[in-house]
Amino acid sequence: MTPTAPRDVAVVGFAHARHTESTFGTTNGVEMLAPVFAECYRQTGLDRTDIDFWCSGSCDYLAGRAFSFISAVDTIGAVPPISESHVEMDAAWAFFEAYLKIATGQADTALVYGFGKASASTDLDSAMALQLDPYTVAPLWPGRHHIAALQARAGIDAGTWSEGAMASVAARATGRDERELLAEPYVADPLRRHDCPPVTDGAGAIILASGDRARELVDTPAYVTGIEHIADSAEFGARDLTDSPSARAAAVRATRSSGDRPDLGGVTVAELHTQYTHQELLLRSALGIGDHVAVTPSGGSLLADPLFSAGLERIGYAANDVMEGRTERALAHATSGHLLQQNLICLLEGRPA
Amino acid sequence: MSAHSPGLPAAVLGTGQTHHVARRTDVSMSGLCREAIDAAMADAGVGWDEIDAVVVGKAPDLFEGVMMPELMMADALGAVGKPLLRVHTAGSVGGSTAVVAASHIQSGRYRRVLAVAWEKQSESNAMWALSLPVPFTAPVGAGAGGYFAPHVRSYIRTTGAPEHVGAMVAVKDRLNGSINPHAHLKQPDLTVDKVLQGQMLWDPIRFDETCPSSDGACAIILGDAAAAEEVESTGRRVAWVHATALRTEPGTFAGRDYANPQASRDAAAALWAEAGITDPAEEIDAAEIYVPFSWFEPMWLESLGFAAPGEGWRMTESGATARDGSLPVNPSGGVMCSNPIGASGMLRFAEAARQVMGRAEEHQIPGARKALGHAYGGGSQFFSMWVVGSERRR
Repeated sequence: MTPTAPRDVAVVGFAHARHTESTFGTTNGVEMLAPVFAECYRQTGLDRTDIDFWCSGSCDYLAGRAFSFISAVDTIGAVPPISESHVEMDAAWAFFEAYLKIATGQADTALVYGFGKASASTDLDSAMALQLDPYTVAPLWPGRHHIAALQARAGIDAGTWSEGAMASVAARATGRDERELLAEPYVADPLRRHDCPPVTDGAGAIILASGDRARELVDTPAYVTGIEHIADSAEFGARDLTDSPSARAAAVRATRSSGDRPDLGGVTVAELHTQYTHQELLLRSALGIGDHVAVTPSGGSLLADPLFSAGLERIGYAANDVMEGRTERALAHATSGHLLQQNLICLLEGRPA
Repeated sequence: MSAHSPGLPAAVLGTGQTHHVARRTDVSMSGLCREAIDAAMADAGVGWDEIDAVVVGKAPDLFEGVMMPELMMADALGAVGKPLLRVHTAGSVGGSTAVVAASHIQSGRYRRVLAVAWEKQSESNAMWALSLPVPFTAPVGAGAGGYFAPHVRSYIRTTGAPEHVGAMVAVKDRLNGSINPHAHLKQPDLTVDKVLQGQMLWDPIRFDETCPSSDGACAIILGDAAAAEEVESTGRRVAWVHATALRTEPGTFAGRDYANPQASRDAAAALWAEAGITDPAEEIDAAEIYVPFSWFEPMWLESLGFAAPGEGWRMTESGATARDGSLPVNPSGGVMCSNPIGASGMLRFAEAARQVMGRAEEHQIPGARKALGHAYGGGSQFFSMWVVGSERRR
C-alpha cells in the first residue's frame, strides 16, 4: 500500500453554492449545481465535454426518495453519454474515487460534485437516526445532537476538553463573545446551540486533473500529495469516543509518516470537517495539530453544514488556499457517519510531489 | 476523450455468493454479506490482514430502510481500520462496485481489495421505495416492469421479433439456473408453451419473463499482479481484468433510443477497444448480461455489438445464446433466476470471472478464456461492464 499513486493528481477548480437555510430548488440539487459547474468551467477554461470522468456524492434519505443522484445528472447535460459514478457518501469520497480514476491513467480530468437539501427533511433527527443499527439502536430514535452529546460528555468527563474550550471554538468561528455563549441554555447537555451545526442546503464541485494537464490549466495547481480514508466501528460502546484512531491512521498514511503520528511538517492550514465544537478539539489532538496551524479558516460546519458536500468543501477551501498562494501545504479532512466514524485526510501542496 | 492507459494490472482472485431466496429470515444484513465475503476470502485464499480496502455496493437504501447501512455494518464487513467506500449507481451498482474496486488496484494504491454488493429486499418494500414522487418527472407507477414494457414493445415493433423469443430466453435462463446451486428460481421443466400461457403482467412481459425479488449478496477479491501471480503459483487460475467501462446518459432527452441507448453502445465500444477485441461474438466465450426481463437479451445483444441492429432476436432464436451455442449468455441463469438488486450486477461480473477461472462448477462453459460481465441501471441509463480473461492481457 502506498499513500500516493504513481501519477500526479491535482485540484484545479472549486466552487460551492451559496449556503442557505433553505432553497426553493428541488432535492436533486440541479438548481444549486448548475451555476457551480459554470464557475468551475470558468476557473479552468474547461468545458463539459473536456471532462473525462464524473463522480458525485449524495444521500437518498436526505432527498427523501430513491435514486436522487439520477436526476442530478441532468445538471451535467450528459449527451453524449459520460463516464460517471456515484458514492452514497459525502462527496469527499467521490473526490477519492475520482482521484483513483485519474491515478490509474483512465482519465485526465474529473469533475466531482456533491449536494444535499437538509431543509427538505421535516425531521432531520429521525432521518439521521436511520444510519444506526436498524435492529437495536435506530428504533430508539436518538436525535443527532443527543448522539453528539455522548461524545462531548465523554471528553469532558475524561478531562480531554471543557465546555469553555468548546465555546472558544465557537467564538472563533462566529466572532461572538465566549462568556456570552456559555450563558446560553443547553440544546443537548453539554452541547449548546453554538456547539452544533446549522441546517444548511448546499452543493459544491471540484475539478481534478492529472499533473501534466493541471499545469496547463492553472498557475498553481493544488497537488494531492497524500490521501487516505479509514473507518472506525459503528458501535459507540466499542470505541473510545474521545479519540479518533481512524483519522490519525488516515493522516499517518496521507502524510507518509514513518511513525504512528502524522507528520504535518509544513502544513499551515487545516480545514477540518467538524460539525460540533468538541470534534475540532478531538481532531486537533488526534492529528497533533499545533497552534501555528490555522484551523478551518473557512468557518466550516459550525457556520454552514451542507450535508454530503461539506467534506468536499473542506478539500476545496484547502485547495484554494494553496492555489491562491496563502499556503504551500494544506490539510483537508472530511467525515462521514455519526461521531466521526469515517475520516478522510487529504494533503494538498503547491509544488509537484 | 483522449486515449487513456488502462492502469496497472488487476485480477479477480476469488468470488463468493450466497444462495438466493425470496426471504433470508435466518440472517441479518451483516450476516448475509458475511456469507458471501467468507466464501470469497476462502476462494481467494486470503486472510483479513491481507485486505487493504473494502468497497460496498447496493441499490437504494430505501429498499431496506437503513441510511448508508455500510456504516453500521463496518465491523461485519471487516472494514474497521480500513478504507470503506460505498458505491450507488442504481441497478448497475454491483458492476460499478467491481469497476471501482478494480481502479483501487489499477491505481497502484492497494494490493488486495474486497468488493461486496447485496440486497435484502425482504426487510422492506422495493415497490414502495421506487414509488415516491419525483418532482417534474413522470412517475414509474408500476415498478420496473411497467417502466421497461414500452421499451420492449418498441423493440418488438421495430425489429419484427416473434413473440416466442422472450419465452425462449426465459426457458433457457431458468434451465441454466436449475443447474446453478446458488440460483433463486429453478424451473427445469419450463417450456416455451408454458411461458406463453402464463399471466401477462405488463404487456408484452409475462409472469415467467420477469426476474424474482431476492435476498442475496456477492463478494469479489481483487488483487494486483503480484497477488494474482501468488494465486497462479498454486495452480489455480485468476481472472485478469482486461477492460472496464462505465457510461451514463440522462433518463430523458430528445432522440433518446430507449431500446438501444447510446450510453450502452458507447460503453461497449470503449470496452472492446480497451480489451483489444475486434469481433466480440467470436472472441467472447461466455457472457453474463443483465437481463431482468427476458426481452433484454436480444436487445442487449445488439447494443453490445454481438448482433447487428435488428438481428439480436435472430441470434437468440437460433440457439446461439444457449449453453452449447456459439455465445453462451447467462450460463448461471442470470438475473432472470436471482435478483438481489444491488448484488445482481456484481453477480454478473463474478460469474464471468468464475467462467475464466474454471470455477463455475455445474454451469461451467468448457474452455472459457474470455468472458463479459455486464450490468445496467436506472431507466437504462447507467452501464457498467468488464471483460475478464484467464490470461494476462498482452
